[in-house]
Amino acid sequence: MLIKFINVDKEYDNGVKALSNVNLSIEKGEFVFLVGPSGAGKSTLIKLILKEENPTSGRIYLNNMDITKVKNRKIPYIRRSVGVVFQDFRLLPNKTVYENVAFAMEIIGAHPKEIRKNVPTILSMVNLSKKADCYPDQLSGGEHQRVSIARAIVNNPPILIADEPTGNLDPETSWEIMKILRDINRRGTTVLMATHAKDIVDAMQKRVVEIENGRIVRDEEKGVYEHEV
Amino acid sequence: MKFRLIKNIIKQGFQGMWRNKGMGLASVTSITAVLIILGLVFIMILSLNNIVMDTKDKFDEIEIFLSDEATDEQIEIITSRIEEQEGVYSVIFQSKDEALEKMKEDWGDEAYLLEGLETNPLPNSIVVKLKAIEYADKIAEKVKGLEGIEEIQYNQDIIEKLVLVANYVKTGGMLIVSILIFVSIFIISNTIKLTVTARRREISIMKYVGATNGYIKGPFIIEGVLFGLIGAMLSVVIVYYGYEYFFNAVNDRLYVLFTIYLVPPKVLLKDLSTIFVAIGAGIGALGSLVSLKKFLNV
Repeated sequence: MLIKFINVDKEYDNGVKALSNVNLSIEKGEFVFLVGPSGAGKSTLIKLILKEENPTSGRIYLNNMDITKVKNRKIPYIRRSVGVVFQDFRLLPNKTVYENVAFAMEIIGAHPKEIRKNVPTILSMVNLSKKADCYPDQLSGGEHQRVSIARAIVNNPPILIADEPTGNLDPETSWEIMKILRDINRRGTTVLMATHAKDIVDAMQKRVVEIENGRIVRDEEKGVYEHEV
Repeated sequence: MKFRLIKNIIKQGFQGMWRNKGMGLASVTSITAVLIILGLVFIMILSLNNIVMDTKDKFDEIEIFLSDEATDEQIEIITSRIEEQEGVYSVIFQSKDEALEKMKEDWGDEAYLLEGLETNPLPNSIVVKLKAIEYADKIAEKVKGLEGIEEIQYNQDIIEKLVLVANYVKTGGMLIVSILIFVSIFIISNTIKLTVTARRREISIMKYVGATNGYIKGPFIIEGVLFGLIGAMLSVVIVYYGYEYFFNAVNDRLYVLFTIYLVPPKVLLKDLSTIFVAIGAGIGALGSLVSLKKFLNV
């Protein structure tokens, strides 16, 4: 079991109850869509996996390790096993595409040789080899997101979390991104993607977990975006 | 931590300092000011200490003036009573003639003024050399009531006053220095905040990719320490050369009496540098930590 939530509750300090009694298991190699209206608790669920927030009660396991009671000092090492892609890309504007990706390897102390080997490989995987020396402001939205995906997976984490990765992109570009995410998944990386994109979810035919008002209301294999009425 | 990471941290620290040089100037100035004042207090304390020590050496005696009527027997009693006491180095009887001779010697060129005296106005006395001036009170107490003593004189007062002044300087100086250190920490922390804010995006990405807290905080701490070290270097130079100039100026005008109490600049340099570097770096590191605590909820 790669990700496991057991009876997880999350209530924020301001009293907002974001998640209640969430039970969820995600196996290695799965591709899971996390759907539901805004404010339903998708982001909170992701924040709990990233240890940005702690659950009010319940347990969360990552890679068979209980991360609920992990010391702050260990959090960085947990995060290294989870790559993250955001809706707003979050690239460093003063670094080139290559440097943005290499940055993720530098900060965990990777050997320069390894960096020189891995970064081009990953960039070719997301079809950005030609743009390696461009700065973010010279890139299109889709290219931004591909850089951000490259950065998320360059350290080869077992889990890739994508928080509405196509939210800022047009449909055609969105499909490009989805293809890349599917390829990454096929290589064995578990992908958890929060999204509002109905057509993508419907077309991909993957597991769908729907959250509403902080509860998991649906969890089905090869699901679609909405309940069939 | 891997050496590569440490190298990265140091590099980023230097970059941060360079990017922040405007505000950095304020930090460096404040640290330099603190350290200069600290240096002055330090020199004053050392010099006062010298004066106190020296005075103690010079005045470690009690003079017991005897009345002219005092009999040999009484003098004998007084002398033996003193010799019993703790802390006594030597007890010497000084007759009035000897006292006058000594006075003439001390007065040197002006000694002719004493020629006109018809009778010797000086009393016989017992000079008690002490091992330390601190014993004086006790001994004076012990012999006070004895017959034949006119007056007991010693310089405990002077020394007490000197020690008191030295203590005031110490306390006052330390108080001022601590206030200034506090101000510098505040200024440094504000400077570092600027870098943190400028790099907020980078920091959040670093967090997501799994950079350790040490890796994220390191460059800021180094930046702060660098500002501190620059301040330390500047103040060492200013205090050292400033003081040397003052010292030589005083020496040149032959106020030798005064300079013997001053610490020679060369002796001072090593201690001063050590203290300044330690305090400068400390202020820098602390300033960074203060700002990071607020701004980096890693």
